[in-house]
Amino acid sequence: MKFAVIVFPGSNCDVDMYHAIKDELGEEAVYVRYDEQNLANYDAILLPGGFSYGDYLRGGAIARFAPIMPEVIKAAEAGKPVLGVCNGFQILLEAGLLPGAMKRNKNLKFMCRPVTLRVQNNETMFTSAYENGEEITVPIAHGEGNYYCDEDTLAQLKKDNRIAFSYADNPNGSVEDIAGIVNEEGNVLGMMPHPERAVDELLGSADGLKLFKSILRNWRESHVTHA
Amino acid sequence: MSHMHEPTPEMIKDQKVYSQMGLTDDEFGMVEKILGRTPNYTETGLFSVMWSEHCSYKNSKPVLKKFPITGERVLQGPGEGAGIVDIGDEQAVVFKIESHNHPSAIEPYQGAATGVGGIIRDVFSMGARPIALLNSLRFGELSNPKVKYLFEEVVAGIAGYGNCIGIPTVGGEVQFDASYDGNPLVNAMCVGLIDHKDIQKGIASGAGNTVMYVGASTGRDGIHGATFASEELTDASDEKRPAVQVGDPFMEKLLLEACLELVHCDSLVGIQDMGAAGLTSSASEMASKAGMGLEMNLDKVPQREKGMTPYEMMLSESQERMLVVVKKGHEAEIKEITDRWGLLCKEVGVVTEDKRFRLLHKGEVVADVPVDALAEEAPVYHKPSRIPDYYIENQQIHRPIPVVEDAKEMLYTLLSQPTISSKEWVFDQYDYMVRTNTVVAPGSDAAVVRVRGTRKALAMTTDCNSRYLYLDPEVGGQIAVAEAARNIVCSGGEPLAITDCLNFGNPEKPEIFWQIEKATDGMSEACRMLNAPVIGGNVSLYNETNGVAVYPTPVVGMVGLVHDLDHVTTQAFKEEGNLIYMLGETGEDFGGSELQKYLDGQISGQAPTLNLEVEKELQNQLLTAIQDGLVESAHDLAEGGLSVALAESLIGTDFGANVRIDGDVTTDLFSETQSRFLVTIKGEHQQAFEQRTGATLIGEVTGTGVLTVMHEDETHIFDAPVQELEAAWKGAIPCLVKSKA
Repeated sequence: MKFAVIVFPGSNCDVDMYHAIKDELGEEAVYVRYDEQNLANYDAILLPGGFSYGDYLRGGAIARFAPIMPEVIKAAEAGKPVLGVCNGFQILLEAGLLPGAMKRNKNLKFMCRPVTLRVQNNETMFTSAYENGEEITVPIAHGEGNYYCDEDTLAQLKKDNRIAFSYADNPNGSVEDIAGIVNEEGNVLGMMPHPERAVDELLGSADGLKLFKSILRNWRESHVTHA
Repeated sequence: MSHMHEPTPEMIKDQKVYSQMGLTDDEFGMVEKILGRTPNYTETGLFSVMWSEHCSYKNSKPVLKKFPITGERVLQGPGEGAGIVDIGDEQAVVFKIESHNHPSAIEPYQGAATGVGGIIRDVFSMGARPIALLNSLRFGELSNPKVKYLFEEVVAGIAGYGNCIGIPTVGGEVQFDASYDGNPLVNAMCVGLIDHKDIQKGIASGAGNTVMYVGASTGRDGIHGATFASEELTDASDEKRPAVQVGDPFMEKLLLEACLELVHCDSLVGIQDMGAAGLTSSASEMASKAGMGLEMNLDKVPQREKGMTPYEMMLSESQERMLVVVKKGHEAEIKEITDRWGLLCKEVGVVTEDKRFRLLHKGEVVADVPVDALAEEAPVYHKPSRIPDYYIENQQIHRPIPVVEDAKEMLYTLLSQPTISSKEWVFDQYDYMVRTNTVVAPGSDAAVVRVRGTRKALAMTTDCNSRYLYLDPEVGGQIAVAEAARNIVCSGGEPLAITDCLNFGNPEKPEIFWQIEKATDGMSEACRMLNAPVIGGNVSLYNETNGVAVYPTPVVGMVGLVHDLDHVTTQAFKEEGNLIYMLGETGEDFGGSELQKYLDGQISGQAPTLNLEVEKELQNQLLTAIQDGLVESAHDLAEGGLSVALAESLIGTDFGANVRIDGDVTTDLFSETQSRFLVTIKGEHQQAFEQRTGATLIGEVTGTGVLTVMHEDETHIFDAPVQELEAAWKGAIPCLVKSKA
């Protein structure tokens, strides 16, 4: 399986994402620059964390206009897995691929620590290797991770079972303890915690690896079906 | 300020305009002699920054010469952007520490942020990929609202820069003492990794080669920053806020990636960051090091503001700028890379043979001086030194062991002292994991970062107990190096080398210069004994506010090599039933201790003694035991002594410990005797461990969640639930800054 790791100016978790795929999942990962305009050859699109365009104006606000973004939207519409982590999640929100917005953390400070997440829906292509309700340890590292959406959107997210992960102990003030959500079709996941930083016990946790394994397994299954 | 209104050479001389720029009468006379005429305004500015202490080390050179700077692994010692040490497999580690004290005192967020930005550039200008950041911070007492503000903003500034550029801040230290009330210390260290073949130097060789300017444009920020950093702070220092630079970590991220591509260009001759004294220092030092001259056309320098004068352009310390020298005719190769990263890149000058530093502006020569005079020929001062009265008085004080009524209460109290208590409030704001190589996160003795693709890792730490240095700068200097090495060894690493940041008061005061001399003597001895040469560093003098100096604070940044990931060791206890050992002997060392500071409200007497041979031997024993796989946890005994070390090893675990002591309770639990380690091992390794070390068995790890201390005479000293220890330790700083976190 071939993963595109999108590199915006100021992305800095691109390396983490790349090595998670290549070294731990054992699949092909390729850095794709923000100014390229073709993602047809990739099976999954990964938007890594960082400070794209310095997060000036607002996290993800400028990156959504990058030349690669129409291709990311096209891939999402084609049903390919699209994962945005941290700044990648912010970009997905700004691009309208996911609903809601990010506010600054409730304590107004950047926070970096391992947190406990609860798997809320294991019926997505990103979470199927987890048990429902499973508690996993994944790090967060963000200053603007306080997820917000209006009540109607929240009701819709809950009704459609689109909250993939929630915080066991909400660190940043996100509504409904939301840590990650999927789009209506279930092929776009945005999450603030970093699963790509939790793929090796040596660094504290390998709980994030199942997320990438889920993507791989679902891709293989659909690939076999289509073949 | 317009070019037209600059003082004429005559006015500069008659009205002593140069003295406002930091030049003395004698120094101005030397400049006149070198030039054979009176310098113009721009030239006076060039000499004043290049001859500032910050750039020339004119007051500290004689003491810096004492440091051992060579070693079989040293590939680059002091003199370049950063030092380099071989770690095998054609790889090397590059590191340096630098101060940003004065800017942080008056504009703490930007002062700290640009301190981080500057040290990162020093490392990537060598061609290295920065892999980790550390820092060493000193503040006054947190009860002072101004200190609280400085503390919060400095931490936010470090976080803001490091997090955005995506280099993990993996470690450091923060200490609080009233001597830093008006003059905080902000020292930032960067560690990078490089392949031997990629090592670059900041030289401008080859007459006719092109000098190129890359990165952010030049504005009026930070003008005379280096000069400002070389004088005492006063109540009027706030007026120097324009001398503080403003950082743009996003720009630096682009510059970093572009520069790491540039170093692979065969046509690249030299590269240097524009740090202190900006364009002046980078251009003149590159030319001087190559034995060449350099001519620059200032009209080509990208300018952020209209009407900038040559003086302003040359003295600006705008951030995120690099100077690059490229073989003539190959400029397009450089531009191709910088274009791809969206960076400004201009041809601004040419390397010449005449060893002159010549600046052109609007068709006129606005400065023409011998380049070596700027970069190499600053005067060197051997300042007078005098033993301070306070030292003599303290040496004569002989006090009994302090009285501690309730050892348990005292332990809680010490754990909640800001210098000892948890720094989680600080490092929670730092992204310490980005790049996913951080094996040991902040909070243990040293941080450990793996070298991806190998079994190796790098252990790194910053250390300096300035209370000991105040009481005895020579022994304190030895201790600073020894403690850094202890932290490296406890983490499973072999000390490689150090970088140092010498933070002192005004060297023109003989008592301060004595501190500098003695501290560097002590550091040199320890570096020799522990085989850890000095590969670079920085000097920050004039750390005084309204005439009162900070404690002597020569911060040691050390990097060690962990030969195999299996050797990585942390301080936390690992398993019930493990045996607890103390390596090293305990004496009555309370001078400068945390206990003394708390009980007396001040420090007095003698610093702990240190026997460097014993230190070396015990470190060797511990490292060998770790490398032989015998050690489960290791922690050095530092502030607060054994009791605090036990608490720190238990906090965050579900374990408890039964510990037995056999001497005076206060001494055994709170003395700060040096060269001691708390080690746990599995029972099955008892014999092997005891054969390799002279360690004493003092107890065992339990599953009770309680720290129980007994005396050999069967007296029960205390039971302290680990949860309570943790609450005291964790709550202190958040409570003091009243954060809701």
